[in-house]
Order: sequence, then structure tokens, then C-alpha cells
Amino acid sequence: MDFLQTLKIALRALRTNKMRSFLTMLGIIIGIASVIAMMAVGSGASYVISQQIASIGSNIILVIPGSTTSGGLRTGSGGAQTLTSDDVKAIMAECPSVDLASGTVRSSGQVVYGNMNWSTVIMGGTPELFEIREWGIANGRGITQQDVDGAVKVCLLGQTVADNLFGSADPVGNIVRIKKIPFTVIGVLERKGQSPQGTDQDDTLFVPLRTAQRNLVRSQHTNNVGALIVKAKSKELLTKAEEEINSLLNQRHRITGGKEPDFSTRNLSEILAVAEQSSKAMSLLLGAVASISLIVGGIGIMNIMLVSVTERTREIGIRMAIGAKKNDILLQFMTEAVLLTMLGGLIGIALGAGGAMVVSRMLEWPTLISFQSISIAFVFSGAVGIFFGFYPARKAAGLNPIDALRYE
Amino acid sequence: MSKVIALTDIRRVFTMGDQQFEALKGVSYSISAGEFVAIMGASGSGKSTCMNILGCLDRPTSGQYLLDGLDVGAMNTNQLADIRNKKLGFVFQGFNLLARTPAVENVELPLVYAGLHSRERREKALAAMQQVGLAGKENNHPSQLSGGQQQRVAIARALVNNPAVILADEPTGNLDSSSTAEIMSLFTTLNKQGITIIMVTHEHDVAAYAGRQITFRDGNIIGDTK
Repeated sequence: MDFLQTLKIALRALRTNKMRSFLTMLGIIIGIASVIAMMAVGSGASYVISQQIASIGSNIILVIPGSTTSGGLRTGSGGAQTLTSDDVKAIMAECPSVDLASGTVRSSGQVVYGNMNWSTVIMGGTPELFEIREWGIANGRGITQQDVDGAVKVCLLGQTVADNLFGSADPVGNIVRIKKIPFTVIGVLERKGQSPQGTDQDDTLFVPLRTAQRNLVRSQHTNNVGALIVKAKSKELLTKAEEEINSLLNQRHRITGGKEPDFSTRNLSEILAVAEQSSKAMSLLLGAVASISLIVGGIGIMNIMLVSVTERTREIGIRMAIGAKKNDILLQFMTEAVLLTMLGGLIGIALGAGGAMVVSRMLEWPTLISFQSISIAFVFSGAVGIFFGFYPARKAAGLNPIDALRYE
Repeated sequence: MSKVIALTDIRRVFTMGDQQFEALKGVSYSISAGEFVAIMGASGSGKSTCMNILGCLDRPTSGQYLLDGLDVGAMNTNQLADIRNKKLGFVFQGFNLLARTPAVENVELPLVYAGLHSRERREKALAAMQQVGLAGKENNHPSQLSGGQQQRVAIARALVNNPAVILADEPTGNLDSSSTAEIMSLFTTLNKQGITIIMVTHEHDVAAYAGRQITFRDGNIIGDTK
């Protein structure tokens, strides 16, 4: 018996009981729609997280100074000024797994332009900083090595700072005053958005490292840097680079034996791992909820198929008397069940995708409907049909033709 | 004449719990090609059991059944399904057509299970419908046909695969007298064309259409008249 004919018979059987077929499918429709919608929302969420993490830059290690003790008072981590520009040079020169490194200093203060003013974070950095953080220039030019070497009083504005001081006007070439010192604006950075911690990364102003060291931060030595930002050559070399930095700085800072290091390193892949783990847990949860609804839908299919087998006992008897083999009957009822679930699956996919789009429109939340999730949903709906259709189909195929023919 | 059916010492014992009931107690007879046989008997006489065995729907407990020279007793259920499909045609008391299915597709059904292609199926089905005088009713559903017409669709379905034997189980039981006459004359015509027909009935006037009457009682044959 050819498959086309089986399909035709199954379709006819479903058409005769349109309402029942639809209600039976409803379980699968709801199940698949929720799978699709949840997967779309979930992958939208992990997309947002990975975007935020990528906005910091990839393969990044932070080196921050340790604490100091003065007069019995210990400052918090980062309180000491133990890292210098020479450490940065040494790391670049002596750690083979390190790609780039930049010292940074951080301060905050009022920036004034004309009658506008804005309090923001002021960062001192080298050209490498922007490379490490993969942060491009939207307008104007970036900080160059000459700016750093000459401690030139120029600055780069983050988008938020530019918006607040200049509105829609072009800031490039204008003079702003930072802590009462005039700086020329040389460029505006691209928009970066929120950091994973939720701070606005665009609310920052950058000046050349040495300019900041000399003019904007108070410290004992103008060579001190607040923190180091380092980029490893690859994701695989991240841990190795961290080890290299640790041993190099231990050596340079003469930290031996039980002495506490005056710096610490932080690897951003840890944040990434945590974020990945939480989004995995989320998808697992969503998947569990969705599979429960699919199982419930599958039981509905099984129930109706059992009713259908009983109702059509006589038809089964006729088919058997006329020459249908057990397998023909099995296949016919299996086809019917799979057709029900696959049709339900298709409708569910359409509804789920539509629902996800509504969610993303109304909540302004990105949703991602992947081809993968659609094909998984489709295959899964077919599998539900095979799994829950098998028992009723086997029951039909196992009928005795004499009894089946006599069934009223 | 070659023997289409040869039964030798057929027994059928039903076991219900610890009770045994012997429905056929060693029945032997043979039917030649081209015969028209009526099997008669009261209910419980064993004629239906015998018909089920003839139709390969049931297997004898002991004894040998040769259908068209093939030993049916040794076959498995799939082979029996094949035999039913290719060697036998069934006509039932209650017509047993598929509802909500056009007449012509009902007639095609055995060919579907025989694995024929749709065009060939349709050709043969139309020819069979012509043969039983139902040309023009191809697309009617069973509910749109009279009892006699429905039974003729069933006969067309039995004929369509060119079976060795047509088995009819009380074919006129649900019909009025004029439809009965119509169906019986169709059977007579088909028999004249060389088709072997075995018919179970308990009505003597229906049995009279057949050329041979076999009568059952209590699991034994008590009469075989030509």
C-alpha cells in the first residue's frame, strides 16, 4: 500500500471529525507555541546578555591594585597605587599570551562647555585601551600615542556626555573645561550601551593617560596607573595570560613567600560563564515547562486515537477482510496520529512565532526565532505523534478481523 | 473441473475458560471451479465458523484446507491477508462499505492493499462497477445509495481483484424481496460467467438460486444436494 494513499485515508479520517481533530490538536498547538515563544524570548535574553558582555571587549583580564594599610587602616581593593606604566610595558614585552595592555586612571569630575555642565567619569588611557575594548570612533579622531607621550590636553567624549553638553551640535574642535583645565574635543566615541552591571558605558570622557596622570589625578608618582586592562591573544590563552601576568607582577613587585600580593587579576570570562550558566538554567526551565505541555497534548492524542480505534473497529475489520495486513492498519493509525501532531506543530510554530513577535513589539525585548528551534519543534511534534500514536495503532492492528467485523 | 476448495476433516474447537466447544466436528467437502453453492443451517450449526475458515479469517484447529491448491493452514497472518486480498472476495450481510467514501473508492479498496497504482485501480474499479450495473453511481457515497445498490457496490468490490471464489455471508439478509431478487439474479449472471460463489443463507428460496446446497447441523454436514 503506497504512502500517498495512507496519507489520503488519514486526511479523510481527520476531516470527518473536524472539531474533534482541532480540539485534539490544541494540546500540541499550545505546547509547541509555548516552546517556540519561550525559546525566542529566552534566546533574545541571552542575546542581550552576550551583547552586553561583548561590549566590554573580548578575552579581557583586569589587573587592579591591592589594598594598603596606613596607620592601621586598610583601604579597599584598588586603594593602593601600586601599578605603574612600567608594569604595562613589562606585561606587553614579557607575557607571550598577552595581545595588548593599557594602563588606565579613573577619576570623576565636572565637565563644562559654555553654560552647560555635566558630571561624568574621566578615564585616562592609551590608544590600546580602545582596541582592547573594541570601541570605535563615531566622529573625529581617537587618542594617539603622540597625545599620550606629549600629555596633550585633548579629550574623547562618550555619546551620553556629548549629548548632554552639545545636544545635537558637533562637539569636535570645541574646548571643554575639565576640573577647570581647558581640553580640546578631538572626537566622539561610538555608542556602547549598558554594561552587564547596568551602568551607562557612554557616560565617560577619555583623555590621554599621561595627561590624566599629570593634571587630573592626585598621586605620589605621575607614573602610577589605577588599573590595567589586558587582552589575551585568544580565549584559550586567557588563563595562561592571567598566570603570566601574576608571576611577572609578583616578580616585579618582589612578592615572595607568604607576602600578600599588592594587586589582583580578574578574568571577564568568569562573568561570561555565570551569565551563560544562568541563561542555560533559564532555557532548561522553559524547556521543562514546554515538554510537560507537550506530554499532556500527547496524552490527549492517545486518548482520542483510542476512541477512534474503537469507533472504527468495523472499518478495521472490513479493511482486514479485504486484505489489509497488520502493518497496513498500524501505519494508517500512526499516520493519522503523526499527521495530527505535525499539523498541530505547524500551527503551534506559527502561533509561537507570532506571539514572540508581539512580545518583542510590546515589551521592546528582542526575540530570536531560530531555524533550529523551529525544526526541533517540528521534529518533536512528530515524535510525540509516533510515541503516543503507537499504542492505539497497535491496538487497532491487533484486532481479530472476525470480531471486528461483527462489532456494532 | 479443478477443485477450488478442498476441506479434509476440518475441526474447530473454541476454548472458553475450561469449557471446550467443538463448532466443526471433522467436516470434509470440496467445491469445483464455477460452482454456485449455498451453505445452509440453523444458527449454531457451524456454518458461520466454516465460512470464517473458508474466508481465511479463522484457522481450523485440525484438518487440511486447500484453496486453489494452496495449503492455507500453514500460512501466517500476513500470508492469509494476501490470500484474502487476491483469492477471495467478500460480500457481507450488512454491506460493510466505508461510509463517507465514494462508491468507486470502496470498490478500489482491495486494489489499494494489493499495491496497484491509482490509474490501474480506477480502471478496474470502473469495470467492476459496470459489471454489477452501477455505471454512473461511481461518486455516490454509500448513504446516497439504496440497500440493493450498496450490496452491488460490495459485490463489485469482491469482484475487482478477480478472486478464485466469492464468499457471501447472508447477502440478502438486510434486503427487501425485490432487492433480493435483483442481487440473486446478479449472482446467477456472475456464476454463468464462470465465477465460483459460496453463499451462506438460511432462506430456502434464496438457497434455491444456487446449484448445490450443503446443510450443516451441530458441526456436521447433514446434506449435500445438487
